[in-house]
Amino acid sequence: MDNVCKQRLAIEAVKIRQGIIESTYHAKSGHPGGSLSIAELLSYLYFQEMNVDPADPKKTDRDRFVLSKGHAAPALYAALANRGFFPVEDLKTLRKTDSYLQGHPNMNYVPGVDMSTGSLGQGVSAAVGFALASKRQNDLFRVYTVLGDGELEEGEVWEAAMFAAAKKLDTLTVFVDNNNLQIDGTVEEVNSPYPIPEKFAAFGFRVIVIDGHDFDQLEVAIEQAKQTKGCPTAVIMETIKGKGISYMENQVNWHGAAPKEEQYRIAMDELDAQLKALQA
Amino acid sequence: MAEIIRTATRDAYGKALVELGGLDPNLLVLDADLAAATKTGMFKKAYPERFIDCGIAEGNMIGVAAGLAASGFTVFCSSFAMFAAGRAFEQIRNSLGYTHLNVKIGATHAGVSVGEDGASHQCCEDIGLMRTIPGMTILNPADDVEARLAVLAAAKHDGPVYLRFGRLAVPRVFDETYCFEIGKGVYLNEGTDVTIIASGLLVERAIAAVELLKAEGISAALINMATIKPLDREIVLDAARKTGCIVTAEEHNVIGGLGSAVAEAVAEALPVPVLRVGVQDTFGRSGPALELLELYGLTASNIAENAKRAIALKKSLI
Repeated sequence: MDNVCKQRLAIEAVKIRQGIIESTYHAKSGHPGGSLSIAELLSYLYFQEMNVDPADPKKTDRDRFVLSKGHAAPALYAALANRGFFPVEDLKTLRKTDSYLQGHPNMNYVPGVDMSTGSLGQGVSAAVGFALASKRQNDLFRVYTVLGDGELEEGEVWEAAMFAAAKKLDTLTVFVDNNNLQIDGTVEEVNSPYPIPEKFAAFGFRVIVIDGHDFDQLEVAIEQAKQTKGCPTAVIMETIKGKGISYMENQVNWHGAAPKEEQYRIAMDELDAQLKALQA
Repeated sequence: MAEIIRTATRDAYGKALVELGGLDPNLLVLDADLAAATKTGMFKKAYPERFIDCGIAEGNMIGVAAGLAASGFTVFCSSFAMFAAGRAFEQIRNSLGYTHLNVKIGATHAGVSVGEDGASHQCCEDIGLMRTIPGMTILNPADDVEARLAVLAAAKHDGPVYLRFGRLAVPRVFDETYCFEIGKGVYLNEGTDVTIIASGLLVERAIAAVELLKAEGISAALINMATIKPLDREIVLDAARKTGCIVTAEEHNVIGGLGSAVAEAVAEALPVPVLRVGVQDTFGRSGPALELLELYGLTASNIAENAKRAIALKKSLI
């Protein structure tokens, strides 16, 4: 990937992070930690990879994205808003009673959201359904879904994985946001899903392990997934929960807590500095 | 006298799917390793390329159905009522109900008439579970004629539908002139003393109950309520107004099913006695289906007894 492209995607990732902080601050609740850890992925998918059109969000050949870890809605909303699906200003209405931006994504309310999610394990099954639909239409579109590492504790994930491999759904790419933290602690402490790559390999996936904050590695992984025939691909992304905000990084308490005013200012200042550095 | 035709509603379901498959090239049928029993196997045989076996993973099957429906396919998916409504409840609630996607759940082997497999497989809670999901339509046909019409209507209906079918062969109640409409109850008999509101397998038994009551000089109206949700409140209130008491009859726990739905409608608008014939908040057991229906009081005589009790209760309240 050339530097111009990388810089552009890095800027979009910072803007997604700004949206995450802005929306959760105004909502006074939400899940910033696991939203911040997928900013690079969403930047790459929505600003580089996916065939989507904000002017025609339901077009039948669009690539599908399912946020199986639905609590990372602030990241998805920020990506969609910045991509032009709805006004960025609306991010401030997140979780408010009169807003269409629900705490977890609703496909019937939000342009660009392909599937309602929030109950862990269910999004990946729907993504598998999309991939099956694509297969039945001569691989009309590609399907991307992102799961949390804690989400791998849900049995439905493995039902879906078994099915996807059995049906040879090679238009499907499953990303795992392996930030190592879930609500009750580290994933090892709670109910270890490790080793993750071996599990997906055993279920019949092509497995690629990358640094989920590195655009070059994201590009290579997604290109390899697109070349893969006969089986789905799992991209295990090693990430940092809370990435980009100094005091949130690797802190489990930022899984489901919103920044207060002073914290909001610090976070926005940090992101502003990151943006300025990139634009310099 | 013409010979009585006996068919399980699940058989009619399988046949109707084959019929639909010829009409709608966008129709896909999913099952969870029970195609032979749910009768989706008939569709599999006719249209193998449009049949998808999801294996023994009902939750995932519902999610896959959601993804297919969101891509424009009409999807029927099947398992036993226990594993569809029960095991996959939350997937149905969140991935089909909340999304209001066009997926039809063909749930077979509902109720105690599953028979020898016993309580683990005899789902008497499914209607209660499905009723609590906003926007869900619930159809519980009484015989093969109505089952076919319910499947065809469900396919045309926008949004999720839960269709409840039985394992046991039941006598045909309706002839080819019968008209089925989602959301409409149908009077099968007019009467003045009491109204019996029945659904599914209990309709045939309610017809027999009407005859038993008639022999005792009691005039019982009978309504077939194939749509449990949305409930036909108009016909329920009409019955309450005309006869002043109601007996419901269903092969389901009396908590949460047709009886509950009717009692709620009546209590809120025109309070009259409502007695509920059904499984009395208990689990089933193994045994031949017909013996179990007797054991749990799902009989014409018990419906008739409850009708007399309802009439007595009505008179005591005047």
